[in-house]
Amino acid sequence: MSLDLGLPALERAEPRLMRAEPLLTMSGISKRFGNVRALRNVDAKVYPGEVMGIVGESGSGKSTLLRMMNLEDTPDTGDYTLRLPGRENENLFDLARYERRMLCARHIGIVYQNPHLGLLMKHSSSGNVAERLLIAGERSFDVLRDKAREALDASEFPLDRMDARPIELSGGMQQRVQLAKAIALEPALLLLDEPTTGLDVSVQALVLDTLKRLQRDRKITMVLVSHDLGVIRTMADRVMVMRHGEVVEQGLADQVFQDPQHAYTQQLVHAKL
Amino acid sequence: MTSTPLLRVQGLTKTFRMYHLDSMLHAFEGVSFDLFEGEFILLRGHNGAGKSTLLRTIWRSYLPVGGHVFYRSNHGEIDLANAADVDIALLRREEIGFVTQFLNARPRVAAQDIVAEPLLLAGVSRAEALDQARHWLDQFGVRPELWRAYPSTFSGGEQQKVNLARALILPQKLLLLDEPTASLDAGARAALLRRLAELKRQGVAIIGVFHHPGDVETLIDREINLSTRVVADETTEREDVAL
Repeated sequence: MSLDLGLPALERAEPRLMRAEPLLTMSGISKRFGNVRALRNVDAKVYPGEVMGIVGESGSGKSTLLRMMNLEDTPDTGDYTLRLPGRENENLFDLARYERRMLCARHIGIVYQNPHLGLLMKHSSSGNVAERLLIAGERSFDVLRDKAREALDASEFPLDRMDARPIELSGGMQQRVQLAKAIALEPALLLLDEPTTGLDVSVQALVLDTLKRLQRDRKITMVLVSHDLGVIRTMADRVMVMRHGEVVEQGLADQVFQDPQHAYTQQLVHAKL
Repeated sequence: MTSTPLLRVQGLTKTFRMYHLDSMLHAFEGVSFDLFEGEFILLRGHNGAGKSTLLRTIWRSYLPVGGHVFYRSNHGEIDLANAADVDIALLRREEIGFVTQFLNARPRVAAQDIVAEPLLLAGVSRAEALDQARHWLDQFGVRPELWRAYPSTFSGGEQQKVNLARALILPQKLLLLDEPTASLDAGARAALLRRLAELKRQGVAIIGVFHHPGDVETLIDREINLSTRVVADETTEREDVAL
């Protein structure tokens, strides 16, 4: 017997109570790499202070989308706005490359799964953080060192090791240096690309706790990409589920995990250990 | 008690689609009732009647497939059944609480920090939040030597006490309780009853599912039976109501 499975959940309304506008709005983002459609007409909104989780299998487009948010790449079509003072209605993809880089350095922080992408491995940890401050125009050595120290401390990096080079540090410590660099300029948006993948579980718990504390104390808006549903469940307020470059479902994190609406999300949730 | 209900549930329907079984599971259909400030409604029904599912559908862990849940929030009336996710998140932070029988604790976070977190999120200073957290841990009978320990190593009962302290530390307008007394000892059950009575006096509206409803007998204003679909008030005068 074939049952009608097309029963729609109620259409969800536009936000009414939330007075804040989204910090991040992406609309109609599509991107091809040769014959591969990496992103297909993706829309995303992220509100101030929330953690948006993005889940999906390898190749679903989640990291590509995050790179777009970090302005490292531009789509074939689509708009991207961030509510930064004076830039509210600007499509950031229209900016010149140099302007994109400056805006990104000043307002967006990112932590990559692979610390080699985010850090100069043979420079001191404090130097890696200070580099971010230099880009923003800070020149006083004392201020650079103080601010780097403050960011490392907020990332719970042991300050007696701030002159150690990342290459000499453990994976968990390298992630803390990346995090310190990412938050040094108090970014509007913090992007996290599998930040705890590959760390052992106890280190993972500590890094997640640091992130949670940063979010609570500094109200940093975060987008977290992970294929680890446990990490997303612990961290995210809302979740987007991606498959084959499309967003197949989004909702409150507990709803997506407890009452997934899409066949693919159900498979994903049921496969979780 | 004001004359306008805090919550008006109308024709609420929940069905689960289970793609891997190519089937539907009907949890409940067309449930309607009103809830007023300071009122306590007990949900009854056999296992699988949909008591917890109804609570989770109001809380929006489950998405309803039909009906309305009109809620009078501090920001204006809103239909929880189809409200935007960010609005639901806002209400969960500020006005609506949900207490389950399970503590959802992050690893390596001390009991007192778990309990203090809702206050910190509401902007209370750390010192004040920790003070209150310790007060409520004490009220629910968690020993001081455990306050700085990680609850993942606690017994089920101790975890539940931490869970309750966290869930009830901030007074909400609407409280959904899903078997909060399961695994609690007598002392903690009494502490929970005292706290619920206090919240009810303050005007908090409560809907609860209890394995042993006797625990909260003195608080119950009305009962809704999801098996028989009968609503009864405390005068035991029962009337069949189209739920």
